[in-house]
This record gives sequence, structure tokens and C-alpha cells, in this order.
Amino acid sequence: MSSADLTSERDLPPEREASAKGDVAPERDGPRDTGMDDASLHRWLTRTWRTPPGIIGALSSVDHKVIARRYLITAFLFLCLGGLNAVVMRIQLSGPRRGLIGPDLYNQLFTMHGVTMMFLFAVPIVQATGIYLVPLMVGTRNIAFPRLNAFSYWVYVSGGLFAWVSFALSMAPDVGWFAYVPLSGPEYGPGKRADVWAQMITYTEVSSLAVAVATIVTIFKQRAPGMSLDKIPLYVWSLLVTSFVVVFAMPAVMITSTFLILDRLVGTHIFNPAEGGDALLFQHLFWFFGHPEVYIIFLPATGMVSAIIPAFARRPVFGHLGLVLSLIAVGFLSFGLWVHHMFATGLPKLGASFFTASSMMIAIPNGVQIFCWLATLWDGRPVIRTPLLFVFGFFFIFVIGGLTGVMLASVPLDLQVHDTYFVVAHFHYVLIGGAVFPLLGAAYFWFPKITGRMMSERLGRWHFWLALIGFNAAFFPMHIVGLWGMPRRVYTYPAELGWGNINLFITAGAVLFFLSFVLFAFNLIHGALKGAPAGDNPWDAGTLEWATSSPPPSYNFARIPVVTNVEPLWAEPQALPVATGLRADVRELLISTVAEAHPDIREKSATPSIWPLLAAIAVGGTFLYSIFTPWAIVWGAAPIAVTLIGWFWPKGDPEDEE
Amino acid sequence: MNQRPALDLSALPTFGHGPRSPTWWGTLGFMALEGTGFALAAGAYLYLATLWPNWRLSAPQPNHWPGTIVTLLLIVSLVPNHILNGYAKQCAMRPVRIGMVVMSLLGLAPLIVRWFEFPALNIYWDTNAYGSMLWVLLGLHTTHLITDVGDTIVLMVLMFTHHGYSGRRFGDVGDNVFYWDFVVLTWIPIYLLIYWLPRLG
Ligand code: HEM
Ligand SMILES: [Cu+2]
Repeated sequence: MSSADLTSERDLPPEREASAKGDVAPERDGPRDTGMDDASLHRWLTRTWRTPPGIIGALSSVDHKVIARRYLITAFLFLCLGGLNAVVMRIQLSGPRRGLIGPDLYNQLFTMHGVTMMFLFAVPIVQATGIYLVPLMVGTRNIAFPRLNAFSYWVYVSGGLFAWVSFALSMAPDVGWFAYVPLSGPEYGPGKRADVWAQMITYTEVSSLAVAVATIVTIFKQRAPGMSLDKIPLYVWSLLVTSFVVVFAMPAVMITSTFLILDRLVGTHIFNPAEGGDALLFQHLFWFFGHPEVYIIFLPATGMVSAIIPAFARRPVFGHLGLVLSLIAVGFLSFGLWVHHMFATGLPKLGASFFTASSMMIAIPNGVQIFCWLATLWDGRPVIRTPLLFVFGFFFIFVIGGLTGVMLASVPLDLQVHDTYFVVAHFHYVLIGGAVFPLLGAAYFWFPKITGRMMSERLGRWHFWLALIGFNAAFFPMHIVGLWGMPRRVYTYPAELGWGNINLFITAGAVLFFLSFVLFAFNLIHGALKGAPAGDNPWDAGTLEWATSSPPPSYNFARIPVVTNVEPLWAEPQALPVATGLRADVRELLISTVAEAHPDIREKSATPSIWPLLAAIAVGGTFLYSIFTPWAIVWGAAPIAVTLIGWFWPKGDPEDEE
Repeated sequence: MNQRPALDLSALPTFGHGPRSPTWWGTLGFMALEGTGFALAAGAYLYLATLWPNWRLSAPQPNHWPGTIVTLLLIVSLVPNHILNGYAKQCAMRPVRIGMVVMSLLGLAPLIVRWFEFPALNIYWDTNAYGSMLWVLLGLHTTHLITDVGDTIVLMVLMFTHHGYSGRRFGDVGDNVFYWDFVVLTWIPIYLLIYWLPRLG
């Protein structure tokens, strides 16, 4: 076939340009995939795209799937550690005046639990899922800026190690996950504990910001030809919006933690009211990040739900455009809400009412989403499998969490239950219902893509019911003790208050919930080793990640798919239209235009490199050292500069030169 | 899954300038997040300034001259910066090399004057919150200045090697031009906040 009649068929004219002019060495052309038979194409692409063997090779990998797998495993380990913190706290609270743990260790435990869950588990795991799936779903061969992506992982791991080694040395932060001043300031927070909080924030935020930029650019510029904005899968939309929220929210927490460390380390007075600073400024800056943070965790989860529901309802999602607009609306509104965390600080009345109104307004786009999902299920022929069960669990829990949230948005009620277990119950309903349940569903849904094997459906059902019952047993009664007046962050309580029995019940629920994760871990390992082979598309789903084998080859797609529909595989069941003409001997991928995804450039993607790891070590070492002396920034600058030059300096690969 | 060829990409170019290239978008992304950082730091400064009736907290006025010289140097540098961009688009090696040398020098010059800006603030970071915020704002911009000048110098050296003869490198020059604009533009509000806002009070 000639290319002319093919392009007319799809109406996707490549934007041709007269051959490059100026002082540019001519392209050293190599073999193209056009007309190559499948076996030799596979051989070529494997040689070009594989991660080199050996330990140095593994540490140099820039394959988005390899990096994502590391991220997923690491984040899961941090979930287990954070969960163990919680279980220990619950055992201490299971009865009045238990002497298992003293107040000092308890303070470290809830702080480590909070920061581990928020910064080392929830945000990294949703971003990691995106690192794995977004390039596959948009039909490209690697994430944009693959070395930056690798770098982000190493920085994240060093931040996690830093926090947990400090914990092992009894040097962990003990000031709560939001580390308010003056408690965390130089006057009341002696030692290094609050510095550990501040710098672990810096590590994890550097890493999240890097991933967010890479994700945005992948979605804007690397979509398969034909995937115009209206054909982007909802999950990918959710990551796009999330990444924007990250870009505009995370700098706030970096500014907060930097100001804090400056106050503590070099004697600035930014948060010190005695010298013209202000302590509430800390809270404003922190919650400018902290509220969007909840949506950073929650939005990708809704994207997962929007991917799972059509696959099992056996029809495209109802109200695609409405769902996209809701995602965008939630992204915007999430920035208008931070003050609702500060009602107890005595802000002006009018301001408080404004934030109450916008807190309630966010219920509208969330309502639209729920409506579209239910309509899809209603109109489809739902097949109930484990992933869908977790989606049902999400509906159930999240609606309760949303209700208590609307209650808390009213100032008088918030003042009443502020800092009680009612609030602890509320945010676990939102975080676990809103994010962890969809994540578990997503794990069952995409596990076969990642490993090529299925997880057990029978164990999956056990897991679901155990988790649902355990979760509600642990967290529902917390609303009640909260209303009775039990404050959060206390290491014990006297027997006369009569909170003993209900706390014992809560602890039993928490242990049950923890056990459900043990079962899940078993199902993961068992599935990876012995699960039934999955095939390319076990759920017969419609988006592009299912168009390639499971697990996908290093190059993702032998030929880049051409997209004509939101559910491309359902639209083209016989044969997927693909693009040809890319080189097979170098890492070439397609850059397309932002709105229409017209093919535009054949660009080279970066080759494996050890330098991102070395740069992360230089950066991580500087952060670590900086909690001891500000001169760290000066000494650290040289190794950072050297490693960055090593990273960007071309090594003569065709990938660097063209 | 079965496939059928439907589109031919073989004639596409291997690089593009400006918004056609992913690096440009990556640069824009980093500008967005760093710009947010600047805006929040400036916001924190204004928040404190409105909170305290006698802002400047009875400290002496800063001497604006070093800052004003830096501002003028930065604004002047925009002209060669954009001429350089034009040559980078044409992939013209000689003028790009000259332009990179000029821009490295025009990056170092304000950096040298910047050194004298810190004492000209007439207050230390640990005197009071006003002093802290001045140092923070100036320090934040200085880190950007240093990183971009470093980047410019490395790229200049690269353009003098054989690696320079590649569309991708000329694209890097274009992105470097773009980022320098950002460094200059973020300076203007910070300059006003540091040197002129205290004169109002
Ligand atoms: C095994 C499951 C979990 C249990 C049993 C549990 C239990 C608890 C308890 C008892 C507290 C309150 C401690 C206190 O105030 O004295 C707490 C706090 C907290 N939890 Fe969880 N939790 C679990 C999972 C999670 C998850 C998955 C997240 C986030 C995604 C999370 C985020 C938080 C946060 C942010 C705090 C506040 C920490 C602070 O006060 O600084 N938790 N958790
Ligand atoms: Cu909030």
C-alpha cells in the first residue's frame, strides 16, 4: 500500500517539513520498521530498548515500566510500615492506661504513620501507577524525560530511607504530619526531629514534581496519532489534572518546609511573631498544599474507577465529557478550600463562610462523577469481578466520608469536633475509601498487564470482604468516640471515661483490616509466581495498554497504534491500525501536536544512564547534610553540578546527537 | 492483536523548535512550578507586610543601587537573548556560538553585581522577619540565576564541540533562551518588593 491512500483513510497527514537546513549533521539513517517482518522487528526493537544486563545496567534503567515497578513495590512496603505503626498505636489504645508505649514514642508513631502514608505511600503510589500506565495508554514507548523519571525514584527512596532510619534512631519527627509551628519551631522543637520532617518533605516533593512534569509532557506531546483531546482515556485525564495540581500545590509545602528549616537552622524569624513573623503563615502555606494533596490522591483513584467500570459494565463510560469536566473542576476547586482546615484559628467570619461555601461546592462535580458511573453500570451488563467489588466498596465508604466532610465544612460543628477522633474517622473514610479501595481494585485490574498472570479471584473476594468489614469496624466507631470527646494524638486515656470497650473494638477492626493486607500480599506473590496466564487482554477492555502483550515488551508497541475512538480496541476489533516509518535501531518515538495529536516529529528517547542515580545521591547527600549545617548547600553544589553535567553531556549515541 | 499499517511517519523531521518539542514543554512545566514558588514567597512577604503596621520594623532602607544595576543588566540582556533565539531556529552555528558567549558573559555580570546586593539590603536575615524575607527572596532568585548561568556556560562549551551540530542542541539553545526570559521576568516583581515596597512604609 502506498502511504498516500493510507493517510487519506485516516485523515492524518503528517506535517512534513523541508529537509533540515542550517549547520546540522545529516541524519545517519538506519533500518526502519516499514515492511519489516514481525520477528526481525521484535529482534531489532528488543536490542534497542532493553535495559542493559547486570547490576549497573539495572541501576541505569530508564524504562518507565521498570521504574514504575520499583516505585509500586517500594510504596507498598511503606504502606506496610505505616500500617504497622497504626497497629502498634491501636494496641496501645485498646484499653485504658496501657503501658506499652510512652508519650514520646507515641508522638513519633502517629507522625511517622501520617507522613509515611501521605508522602511515602499515597502520592508515590498514584504517581507510580501513572508512570506505568500513562505511556501505555497513550500509545508511546517511554515516558517523557525518562532519566528525570529514574532520578525521581532514587530521590524518593532516599527520602523514605532517611525518615525511617531516623525513626530507628529515635530521631523521627514527633510534631504531627503537618508539623505546625511553634511546636516544630526552634523554641519548642529541640534536636533534629523537626528537621527530619522538613527535609523528608523536600526529598519527596522534588520527586513528585519531577514525575508530574514528565507525566504532563507525556500526555501533551507523546499521544498516539489520532488521540485528540476528546479521545484521551479518563484515567489519563485524571493523571493530567493531578499532575497540574501537583505542579501548583507542592511548591507550597516546599516553601513551608524551607522556611521552617531556615528558622530552625540559620535563625530567620519568618514564623516568629516576636520578631515580625507569624505562626499562622505556616498554616496558610501548608494547607495551600495540604488540601489539594487530598485531591492529588483522590483524582487518580477516580480515574481508576473510570477505567474499571466500563471494562466490567461492557460499554463505554456514560458522560465522558461530563467526567472530564468534573475532573478539571475538582482540580480547580481544590485550591479554594485550604482554609477549612483552619476554622479553629479564629479567622474573619466572612472569609470562613466563603470557604464553607466552596467546600460544599466541590460536592457538585463529585456528584456528577458518581452519577455517570452509576449510569454506566445501570445501562451495561455488569460482570462482577474483584476489581468491580472494590469499586463498590469505594462508593459505599466514600459516600459516608463525603457526608461527614460536608458536616465538618460547617464552622460550628468543626469547632465542636476539632482534633477529636471524629476527624480521624472522617479522613480515613476519605483517604482509604476514596483512594485505597480504588487502588486495590486497580491492582487486581492491571496486575495481569504487569505480570502476565492473574490474581486469584477467590482470594480476591475474601480479601474484599475482610477489608470492607475490617475497615468499617475500625473506623466507624471512631466517629462515636470522637463525638464523646476523645481527642486525637493522645497515647492513653483514663478508665473512668468509659472509652475502653469501644476502643478495644476499634483495635480488633484495625487488626482485621491489617490482616486483609496480609492476604492481599499473599495473593500478589502467589499470583506473580503461580497465577493463571493472563493473555494480552484478559478483561477484553478497550484502551491501548491492552493492545500489547502482558507484560509489555521493553519497547511497549512494535508499531505505534493509530487511534480513532476513546476505546480503540473495541472500535477496531479485527486489526488495530498502526503507524510505520520509525527507526528500529535507535530509540525513536513519535511526538505529536498537543490538541489534535497529529504526528509531528520522530524524536529520540534517552538511553539508559547511571548518572540519574549519581545525581540523586549528590542531591540526597546534600539534603541530609543540610540538617546539620547550612554550608551543606555550598559543599553539595559541586557534586550536584558534576553529576548533572555527566547526565546531560552527550555520549555519542545517535539518541544524543539527532 | 492483529495490525494493519495505516499511517506513514518516515518523512517526519527528527527535531522541532519551541512548542513543537517536548523539552520546551518540560521547561514550561518547571517554570510554572518555580513561578508558583516565587509567587508564594512573595505572597508570604506581603502577608507579613500587611500584618505589621510599621513594616520594615524600623530597619534602615535598603540601598537600591546594586539591585537597580542588576535589573538594568538583566533587561538589556533580553535583546541579545532574542537575537540568539532567531539564529538557533535557523541552526546557524557561528552566530549561535557568538551568542552563547555573549549570554554567558551577560549572565555572569549580574551575578557579580548580585554579590553586592546582599550587604546593600542593610539588614541581616536573623535581625527580624523583614530581614529574613528580603534574604529569602533575594536568595531564591540568586539560586535561579546561578543555575541558569551554569547551564548556559555548559551549553556554550558544548556548542564549541562537534556535538553542537545537531538539531537537538540548537533546540537546547532555544530552551535556554526561554528559561533566561523567565529568570529576568521573575526578577522584576522581586526587585520592586525588595527595594521599593519598604520605601512606601
Ligand atoms: C491499617 C490501616 C490504618 C489504621 C489502623 C490507621 C489508624 C490511625 C490512627 C489510630 C490514627 C490517629 C492517631 C492519633 O491521633 O493518636 C491515624 C492517623 C492518621 N492516619 Fe491512619 N490508619 C490507617 C491507614 C491510613 C492510611 C492508608 C492513610 C493515608 C493514606 C492514613 C493517614 C493518616 C494520617 C494523615 C493521620 C494523622 C497523623 C497525625 O495526627 O499527624 N492512615 N491513623
Ligand atoms: Cu481539606
